[in-house]
Amino acid sequence: MQDAIVAEGLVKTFGEVRALDGVDLNVPTGTVLGLLGPNGAGKTTTVRVLTTLLTPDSGRATVAGYDVLKHPDEVRRSIGLSGQFAAVDEYLTGRENLQMVGELYQMRGSAAKSRAQELLEWFNLAEAADRPAKTYSGGMRRRLDLAAALVVRPPVMFMDEPTTGLDPRNRLALWEVIQKLVADGTTLLLTTQYLEEADHLAHDIIVVDHGKVIARGTADQLKAQTGGERVEVVVHDRELIGTATEVLRGFSRDGVSVDKHTRRLTIPVQGGAKLLAEVIRELDARGIEIDDIGLRRPTLDDVFISLTGHHAEDADDDGDESGDGSGSAAEDTGSAAEGAAQTGKDDAR
Amino acid sequence: MTATDTSTGTIAPTTLAPKPRGGLAQSVHDSLVIARRNLIRMKRIPEIVVFGLIQPVMFVLLFAYVFGGSIAVDGSTDPKMFREFLMAGIFAQTVTFATAGSSAGIAEDMTKGLIDRFRSLPMDRGAVLTGRTIADLVQTTLTMVVLIIVALMVGWRIHNGIPKALAAIGLMLLLGYAFTWIGALIGLSVRTPEAATSAGLIWLFPLTFVSNAFAPTSGMPTWLQHIADWNPFSATVQAGRVLFGNPGVSQSDAWPMQHPVWASLFWSVLIIVVFRTLAVRKYRSATA
Ligand SMILES: Nc1ncnc2c1ncn2[C@@H]1O[C@H](COP(=O)(O)OP(=O)(O)OP(=O)(O)O)[C@@H](O)[C@H]1O
Ligand SMILES: [Mg+2]
Repeated sequence: MQDAIVAEGLVKTFGEVRALDGVDLNVPTGTVLGLLGPNGAGKTTTVRVLTTLLTPDSGRATVAGYDVLKHPDEVRRSIGLSGQFAAVDEYLTGRENLQMVGELYQMRGSAAKSRAQELLEWFNLAEAADRPAKTYSGGMRRRLDLAAALVVRPPVMFMDEPTTGLDPRNRLALWEVIQKLVADGTTLLLTTQYLEEADHLAHDIIVVDHGKVIARGTADQLKAQTGGERVEVVVHDRELIGTATEVLRGFSRDGVSVDKHTRRLTIPVQGGAKLLAEVIRELDARGIEIDDIGLRRPTLDDVFISLTGHHAEDADDDGDESGDGSGSAAEDTGSAAEGAAQTGKDDAR
Repeated sequence: MTATDTSTGTIAPTTLAPKPRGGLAQSVHDSLVIARRNLIRMKRIPEIVVFGLIQPVMFVLLFAYVFGGSIAVDGSTDPKMFREFLMAGIFAQTVTFATAGSSAGIAEDMTKGLIDRFRSLPMDRGAVLTGRTIADLVQTTLTMVVLIIVALMVGWRIHNGIPKALAAIGLMLLLGYAFTWIGALIGLSVRTPEAATSAGLIWLFPLTFVSNAFAPTSGMPTWLQHIADWNPFSATVQAGRVLFGNPGVSQSDAWPMQHPVWASLFWSVLIIVVFRTLAVRKYRSATA
């Protein structure tokens, strides 16, 4: 399959800041690439380069087979863009905004008109269609902007944090729109702060930080990279933590991490649900009452934090939180520190 | 995932972007789409138009009654003479001062995300600016109509017939249009709308005052008189006086004063060609 988006060695500096420091990426036609990264990582800059809004200092990129530097007009015909900040005219109504965009895509007036109506209905904006966008709520503006990106059905779409500011219902609705677009063969590059969103929508994920790609793969690959399944147990009675630790040690070669503060015990496991059932039976047999037990897989949040957690500020946070549990984590040295860090993350959520 | 009630609709009977028209046809089409956008904005923010009207009307009244009688025109200090003399100057000044609004408007556009949308669309590269200048021309025309009515009320008259008067007004509007391109370039060169408002205004004062607009140039030092005679603005004012049949036509030997209509046309077209080129180039390279 051919790649609809290719970028090689993109570099862009703003004064001292290296916003992009050699970004490579490729998105096969008909797939979704999720671009993740902390604030200031270079996500928006990447999107702006690929949508011809910004000229890179070096590197090359093609979109829909066209070089963004040499054939920007062909690229523009082939893309739809929904930027990080809603790009609508405040004094125009929703309908006027969409019609204008349609006409600037060189649609006929009547086609632009009926398309605007369709999109307004689709994005739940029909009632507000004839009010100036100035009067729209943040989420409504966001939706109008997304509708503008869909006025034509370009083969390649870019969405920079499309669901930021949307309520859960509209977020789900947008996910569905995206899935339909992709089912119809659209290629999408999506940036997001919601890892769940990338997990749900993206075929491939790229994590950027400081303008560099620091990880890439499918959501499952990235999760596997961060660590496998764990069983977590929260013991009801603080006095029984010791006993419970002994029980769990029987299920794990890698030791048990213990957080006395939250009475949470964690072991890495391989057996999945079957093993979980055994753990429950064993704990029950020993008369240990439990508040909570579960099989936990690493989420993309875990991936994200373990990949980008090297920042000074993040390190401070981790330090504080693991400090919290450190007194108790000494119980079992094997993976105590790691366990404490895990606990810190759980608490933070 | 869970379906919501919107899932029943279809997103799109696939509609791909049509082939670009290309060339002049697309340029005109896109400019008109943008012009309509700006006119809708004007309609929704009527303050802009209203304040754009108040200022020139105030100028007419102030100049006519404050200076009338103290400045001699064709050897006469009759206030009526001065008022007839003045109007061509005020008309021309009004169309040029309107360009400050273009500077501010374009600077404001450039700070908004909407410009990213425009720049990512397969539209004509000059259309955002051309559309703006067309909308500004519509506003200026409106202002001119009101101003002519006020001028007629304070005693200004057309003496050479309507066709010539229309030609004079046409020349003034053309000058105003040419100047909006200078305003556009200024708007693109400064980064905030506030700065654009002042930067868009400052240069207009020497330009309109070192001219024949408000007083005969014969009273100026010779070197300044030369500048005034060759000032593009003076040519249009002179052309206005000649075509309206108003008093105070400059007798200077300078070519633009002898052939004001051609000089005015020449200057306006030159300004449009030069500044449109510069402004469009600036727009393309700008990264908002
Ligand atoms: N026009 C600009 N001028 C100067 N610096 C810029 C400009 N645009 C981006 N930067 C800098 O480049 C870096 C990357 O910015 P970018 O907007 O791409 O980040 P991002 O990943 O989109 O972040 P966020 O999640 O906050 O949207 C940041 O340090 C930012 O300050
Ligand atoms: Mg961003």
